[in-house]
Amino acid sequence: MSYLEYSVKRVPTGPRKILHLNWALVLLLIAVASTGFLMLYSVAGGDISRWAEPQMKRFAVGLVLMFAVAFVPIWFWRNMAALAYGISLLLLVAVEFVGDIGMGAQRWIDLGVIRLQPSELMKITLVMLLAAYYDWLDIRKTSHPLYVLLPALLILLPTALVLKQPDLGTSILLLMGGAAVMFAAGVHWAYFATVFAAGVGLVSAVMASRGKPWQLLEDYQYRRIDTFLDPGSDPLGAGYHITQAQIALGSGGWAGRGFMQGTQSRPIFLPEKHTDFIFTTLAEEFGFVGAFSLLVLYVLIIGFCVASAVSNKDRFASLLTLGIAVAFFLYFAINMAMVMGLAPVVGVPLPLVSYGGSAMLVLMVAFGLVQSAHIHRPR
Amino acid sequence: MRRTARDTEESARTITRRGILLGGTMLATSVALGLRMRYMQVDQADQFRLLAEENRINIRLIPPARGQIFDRNGVVIAGNEQVYRIVIVREDARDVPAVIENLRKIVALDDAELERALKEMERRSPFVPVTIAERVSWEAISAVAVNAPALPGITPEVGLSRVYPLGPDFAHVTGYVGPVSDYDLERTDDNDPLLQIPRFQIGKIGVEARLEKLLRGRAGSKRIEVNAAGRVMRELDRQEGEAGADVQLTVDARLQNFVLARLGEESAAVVVMDVATGDLLSITSAPAFDPNLFVRGISVADYKALTENDHRPLADKTVQGAYPPGSTFKMVVALAALEAGLVTADTTFSCRGFLEVSGRRFHCWSRGGHGRVDLHKSLVESCDVYYYELAQRVGIDGISAMAHRLGLGERYDLPLSAVAEGLVPTRAWKRERRGEEWLVGDSLNAAIGQGFVLSTPLQLAVMSARLATGRAVVPRLVKSIDGVEQPRPEFPPLGFSENNLRLIRRAMFSASNDRRGTAYGSRIVEQGRRMAGKTGTSQVRNITAAERARGVFRNEDLPWHRRDHALFVAFAPEDVPQIAVSVVVEHGGGGAAAAAPIARDVVLQALYGGLPPLSAYPESQRARIRAMQEELPLREPAAAARGATRA
Repeated sequence: MSYLEYSVKRVPTGPRKILHLNWALVLLLIAVASTGFLMLYSVAGGDISRWAEPQMKRFAVGLVLMFAVAFVPIWFWRNMAALAYGISLLLLVAVEFVGDIGMGAQRWIDLGVIRLQPSELMKITLVMLLAAYYDWLDIRKTSHPLYVLLPALLILLPTALVLKQPDLGTSILLLMGGAAVMFAAGVHWAYFATVFAAGVGLVSAVMASRGKPWQLLEDYQYRRIDTFLDPGSDPLGAGYHITQAQIALGSGGWAGRGFMQGTQSRPIFLPEKHTDFIFTTLAEEFGFVGAFSLLVLYVLIIGFCVASAVSNKDRFASLLTLGIAVAFFLYFAINMAMVMGLAPVVGVPLPLVSYGGSAMLVLMVAFGLVQSAHIHRPR
Repeated sequence: MRRTARDTEESARTITRRGILLGGTMLATSVALGLRMRYMQVDQADQFRLLAEENRINIRLIPPARGQIFDRNGVVIAGNEQVYRIVIVREDARDVPAVIENLRKIVALDDAELERALKEMERRSPFVPVTIAERVSWEAISAVAVNAPALPGITPEVGLSRVYPLGPDFAHVTGYVGPVSDYDLERTDDNDPLLQIPRFQIGKIGVEARLEKLLRGRAGSKRIEVNAAGRVMRELDRQEGEAGADVQLTVDARLQNFVLARLGEESAAVVVMDVATGDLLSITSAPAFDPNLFVRGISVADYKALTENDHRPLADKTVQGAYPPGSTFKMVVALAALEAGLVTADTTFSCRGFLEVSGRRFHCWSRGGHGRVDLHKSLVESCDVYYYELAQRVGIDGISAMAHRLGLGERYDLPLSAVAEGLVPTRAWKRERRGEEWLVGDSLNAAIGQGFVLSTPLQLAVMSARLATGRAVVPRLVKSIDGVEQPRPEFPPLGFSENNLRLIRRAMFSASNDRRGTAYGSRIVEQGRRMAGKTGTSQVRNITAAERARGVFRNEDLPWHRRDHALFVAFAPEDVPQIAVSVVVEHGGGGAAAAAPIARDVVLQALYGGLPPLSAYPESQRARIRAMQEELPLREPAAAARGATRA
């Protein structure tokens, strides 16, 4: 069903929309973000103003944004999808020229009020556009090669731009998030199998290209892959993060050392402690109980999204919700896997917990879209 | 687009199916993550904890050696000495009170220090070393090392601490260092990690504070592996820091020592300057204090004694003290009038002991008056009435413009704390600050260096140097940094007529060498080393008409704090000036009696580079001078001057 096919009169209007919000989801988001505040307070050594306070302000702004987005009818957002994607793409191109250098990569664009990471924005707008695309597409043409090539290009274009920045983590997120929407829309199995095989081939090519003039990745990315495969090979250099992260995490034990008592995840050990490695602080100070609880919160968020998507009869709404759920999942799954030594260190933040402005705001907007889809679902 | 019902239903079913599949995959992955978490944090927790505890990699900062401060001849003014201290790591000590009890049996611990250490321990992470005893003797350190098994978590450490080998001599110049306080941290936007080291020494005042960035250096770091007992197992890597820059000042330690000794009990300030380079050879404020007291942590009683002393030993009077310059200001007025063409050497005024202006009597210090006075005589005998006459002709704005040209009312950029600007009043200033119009009487008072005019001893020395050279001499305190000589600017001529300058200089010479001169008693008889100088006596109180009528204003009869300030400015040798000197003795009485003799001794000491021969003094005074020289508590030249050849 598409919105053209059901009566919008049965969708709640005005203040009644508040009643139809997915409040459980809102509470879960607040719970996760609060965990983040607590951890940022702890890693700053009990200094609230360093990271926790700005993060709280951002989250407050994020909540307001989420409600604002949620109360706008979902069909408006569908009509905006192409425009939003276009703007994100333009911004991505723009950072190539005017972007600030942050952490060795060109990722930021300064809008005066906030510093925006267009690659973050792209994660959501790509999902929006793909969902709108499949909403528009004749269902019988879903697996037609020509109509598979088009969304594939829509995914690969920003992915390539982000990879060039270079930001491996985000490009993986874009690629997998986009693929998930295509998969959910019903693209034939065979395509995914082919791409997977090609992917294996590409990885081999990437590894083979090392040291050659046509080297595909940056040296530091190769080193990170190396140390992922064997962290012990370089305990003081590149492998230092991973070793320290694992020691911090493992030494947390069952119940942890207690709030603010962590010793391993202190600044001197992990320079990126408030961003990508914040999970280690949680794991060390609150142990398995704390770390697992956070995982459960994340899974519940995913669960609510998937349930909302599956029960929504609107094609755009359910594809969008699923896409956002997968993108969110990829965030925390890759981050946790990375910290626990299951994935290479690619620089993916822990969603809603890591310190950072644009990731937080974009995620809140994304959940606003999920809420909008939920409120305005066909009844 | 509109779809058929069949299509719609089919698509919804696909999405549901694939959505659930995706959800399932995500759940499965999450379960895998959870299992990994369990494996690491529960099954392997012991192993990781062992790794964390046993082979803990720590980063320790290596504090850099603070830059030393030398005098112009290479004598150490501020150096570093090795000190031993005892530190404790709370986590390794486990039972802190018991360990401290054990330690107490071996080493005497200071209760206040201990209390501070215990508080600090609570604030900091358990693995951060905290100092519990500082400046411990070598014997105590050995005892601690021997008893190490009974003292877990206790380690003896060796470090550097600031020391000022010359004691009080340069207290006001170098200032002192002290441990970083919370107040310091609040005030500064400096985020050098060194400041986080407990008890790290930073400059608090003076050169130590103003050149802190240079002197401090850059921290090094070492990554070390420590075992469960907190013992350093091995050093993994080390980044050497950078020692602070050595700073050489323009001052002469030997001269400074002499000046401080010569000032004795007085509350006074002396500035000696090289007129060619602006180098400050001595910049002494008395009484001084021992900066080493502050480095070690001054006791409440000592500090109270310093703050309650009415001679204000903590103040640097040379640059912070602003005094009415008294008659030493007369050169400014005279030169202003000469340069403006309002008087010549032959212009005379008559002095009857007072001048009546708009119904008020302005008195000359000589009650009988000086008779007919020309410019030369006015300076030699310091006639006030002559300057009352000039003031009415030149006007305050002309006077203040000249004062600025001669270096008064200017703040010099020296690395010293709270350098004062003094005050050279103008009409505009009075209107703005006091809301009153400038009165003719104000000009008259200003003309004899009273009223609103205020100058620091440093400014007075600059004035003398500028009069002696006719150039815009600017004082300089830093000679070289890390062996790199600091630039010595060429001072531009001030553009005065050489004739006028010569008139002033000759008058200053006569003031200290003519029988009728105010400073005749403090003349130098050695040819080629004679000085030209001007006395000044500035009132710190108003003389009432009743007092004047009784004729009672003998300084000796007044309480100390109401006596006049004694001043003297000079340059020498008078024919080829090398140095300029200013002396201010707070409440010293008359400039001729209290300040000029000091200036003479300082000038001779500076010109001879040591104690002058008695032949430089007038014959009648030699016995007295010899006695004084013998009594001066000078530091042994051998101890003070290491290779003290004058550069």
